[in-house]
Amino acid sequence: MSNKGEAVTSTVPLLAARDLVKAHGRTEALRGASVELRAGEILAVTGASGSGKSTLLHCLAGIVRPDAGSVTYGGERLDTLPEKRLSELRRSEFGVVFQFGQLIPELTALDNVALPLLLAGTSRRDAHAKAGEWLERFGVRGQADLRPGEMSGGQAQRTSLARALITGPKVVFADEPTGALDSLASEQVMTALVHTARESGTAVLLITHDAQVAAYADRELRLTDGTVAPLGVTA
Amino acid sequence: MSTRHILLGLLAGGPSHGYDLKRRHDERFPQARPLAYGQVYTTLQRLVRDGLAQIEGTDSDGGPERTTYRSTDEGARELAAWAREIAPPAPFVTNEIFAKVVVSILADGDPDAYLRAQRAAHMERMRELTAVKTAKGADLATVLSADFALNHLDADLRWMTTTAARLTTLTAEVDAT
Repeated sequence: MSNKGEAVTSTVPLLAARDLVKAHGRTEALRGASVELRAGEILAVTGASGSGKSTLLHCLAGIVRPDAGSVTYGGERLDTLPEKRLSELRRSEFGVVFQFGQLIPELTALDNVALPLLLAGTSRRDAHAKAGEWLERFGVRGQADLRPGEMSGGQAQRTSLARALITGPKVVFADEPTGALDSLASEQVMTALVHTARESGTAVLLITHDAQVAAYADRELRLTDGTVAPLGVTA
Repeated sequence: MSTRHILLGLLAGGPSHGYDLKRRHDERFPQARPLAYGQVYTTLQRLVRDGLAQIEGTDSDGGPERTTYRSTDEGARELAAWAREIAPPAPFVTNEIFAKVVVSILADGDPDAYLRAQRAAHMERMRELTAVKTAKGADLATVLSADFALNHLDADLRWMTTTAARLTTLTAEVDAT
């Protein structure tokens, strides 16, 4: 019986979207996009500016609701979930990183990373201890007392990753996490993200326009005009 | 790539024999095609003929006899001159991908589908190279050579992306001539 159970979990995607449609005003950002993300998988979503990449991420992460189509997470419909339950789910199961880390400028790196745990009710002492460990994992322990404005772009982005991963999410959504970085800083951020995700079995949905960043993922999904581009003739 | 200059470069650190040079070449240039032993020995003989290297001696060390070579002063000068020489930036595009797109347009094929398939193949290779360079313990030579290949593949990909976007215009131009 246990074999059967394992087989079922391995074939059911952790996160799936079917035929998503989403318009911003009169512009249709998504026009029937479908995607599946398996547990522990790193998926790169690429495409030109305006192809719908970020909108797809927002729909999958439950940040916006699609106009049509469905999003399921662990078998549960996300797009019809009440807002309160959706917020809980986002806090406990998802981590998000954007192009500009969106760290809180008044807080130190340590406080920024500890914040999700403090919000979840962890004691200040435990939250800080764990935040220190996560800064260490991302190679920015030495910057613990610095505020975001005092760090380099790469250091700030690694701090953002630590903050996104500290709660042990099942999925990390990363929207152009290296978009503002030079190639070496970008490499450090991606190596840190990929190694940590692989160690912890965290799935990553990575939005990028950069093929060298997409090459860190297990596979690539390419969006064109709000739909998933088919593979070519021989692939 | 100039095998003779690469071998001269490897000899710059001190005398060495053919087998050792081949091994060090493959270590230093891990993403390059491994050197064949035959090529190593032929090249060493030519370096000696041209006065750029000389035979240091032979030993057998209990096994087959091995000849040790050393670089000459002239070899060192030749190497320094080669290393300073500017490599000519490629003047013409004779790339197979470019040719296939044009031929596909000429023959009423599906260049867009070809470009998508080619992209998938490029991405697969880039994933392999990224895994090589980010593996724990990857040395600097491995990282640099993977970076070199990744940046060239990335340049192809950027060209392919722009071309896919331009295909409508490009097709009209080729059809008109």
